Amino acid sequence: MSKIDPLALAGAKSKGKRPYFLETDVERLTNIVLVLAQELAVVRERTDTLERLLEQSGVLTRQEIETFTPTKQQADERGAWTQEYLARVFRVLQQEREALHTQEASSEEVADELAKV
Amino acid sequence: MSGLVSDKPKAAPARAYDGPPDYRVVGQHGMYPQLSHDEISRFNFLAHMNRHLSTHIMPGVKEAFDARVEPKFVAANGRGFKDRHEVRKALLKDSLFQWWSALRRATMETRQQAGRWVTLRQADQLNARAKALTEHDQRLKLNPALPLPRYVEAIDHHCMPGSYHTELTEGDVTGPCNYDIGIFATTGGMLGRYNDGGGQAIAAWVKDTLPDLKPKRILDIGAGLGHNVLPIAQAFPDAEVVAIDVGAPMLRYGLARAKTMGVDNISFVQGDVSDLADLADESFDMIHSCMFLHETSYASMPKIFAETHRLLKPGGIVFHVEQPQYTPEMPLFEQAMRDWDAFYNNEPFWTKMHEVDLDSWMVSAGFEPGKLMHGGVAAVVDPEVFPQAAKDTKQEDYGRKAAWHVVGAVK
Repeated sequence: MSKIDPLALAGAKSKGKRPYFLETDVERLTNIVLVLAQELAVVRERTDTLERLLEQSGVLTRQEIETFTPTKQQADERGAWTQEYLARVFRVLQQEREALHTQEASSEEVADELAKV
Repeated sequence: MSGLVSDKPKAAPARAYDGPPDYRVVGQHGMYPQLSHDEISRFNFLAHMNRHLSTHIMPGVKEAFDARVEPKFVAANGRGFKDRHEVRKALLKDSLFQWWSALRRATMETRQQAGRWVTLRQADQLNARAKALTEHDQRLKLNPALPLPRYVEAIDHHCMPGSYHTELTEGDVTGPCNYDIGIFATTGGMLGRYNDGGGQAIAAWVKDTLPDLKPKRILDIGAGLGHNVLPIAQAFPDAEVVAIDVGAPMLRYGLARAKTMGVDNISFVQGDVSDLADLADESFDMIHSCMFLHETSYASMPKIFAETHRLLKPGGIVFHVEQPQYTPEMPLFEQAMRDWDAFYNNEPFWTKMHEVDLDSWMVSAGFEPGKLMHGGVAAVVDPEVFPQAAKDTKQEDYGRKAAWHVVGAVK
């Protein structure tokens, strides 16, 4: 094995204090979003390569992709995937909404309570 | 690596394409790392991101400056801006400048990570390849005892972790390899297949300006990995070229890279260009630097100029290639925008270097005022494939456009 760990070193900081232009947390999030945008472009380009290769080898035409209409069964399966996906992404808002209707103690408070003799 | 698999368009394009070419047009020399489909896509995205920032978002900064930043300053102070620093500090409070800056910095850091991943995951193979190409080759002259100048040690230039000098392991070349493969993304493809569009332009400028010059010995100071000096060595194949840099990894990679490209007339020598005592007086016909002075310091510049004067033969030519100086004719807004890389892309000396009168520094080093020369060059690239900086009026990109000024002298 190499002594160099790319996972640890690829994203290393360059020497020199980093400037921030926005509220620090907003800028951190912006950096995260930029990389997600990059990775989306990466996946998009890979799909494009796949489509062109498949078309070139006569497996399908891109016209077939553009005009593809799912059956009722297929559409339901895809819809279900999208529902599950959105539920995962917006979990924090779901829990925020659930919390509206509760008066709950924090774990720290419960810990104090349970430690009472 | 195969080219694009199908030219058949999906549909008629909504508008004529004017973006960067696919990364696969980049030349594959013998030190090139293996790049996966996804790794190439990252560079494609980053080239587009830089182009988008310079052509679609940055013009908004000028619009915001005219519409609100300057009027607000004048209203509050009862006067206009007195220097570029006042302009920059006012811009820092404007949301468009803040967002453009945040994204530009983020894109640079993301580019570094993308390139470092490629080179670090195959570090052992790259380092072994460089070793095989450079071991026992007399053209690589390293000096591990050389003290690092403060201007290199203080900060990692253009947010490149480890800068020009860091070796993660013995014989490491992953730093320069990362630098080399990512130039396409940073410039949006403006420097051509082998990042040699600048060097080609310089070689053409020299031949144009001094058609009778047949240099026997050429010195490149602050050569880095040699991508600028290679086309010059190719343009003068009978010359003996010496490329100096402080960074051992750059020189090691530079020699290996040059050899695989069939360029055999360059020696890569580790040295501090403010003191080249090992080189004899009047031993070079041509001495130059390319985008190097802005990475030095006021303390070292007079020594560098004095060394070039000492090393140059009578009748020889010295010149430095840089982005334009901040003259009184240059609008303060443009000066402030050009300062961005100084303050926010770890190029600290950029701001100070660009405010001096280089002519007077050359004269102080011993060059005659009547023998100074000035010129302008723009990257020479294959216009079938690459955007041409000279013709690109849309992309100013203050300080990053692939077009430069030349300041020089004949001794």
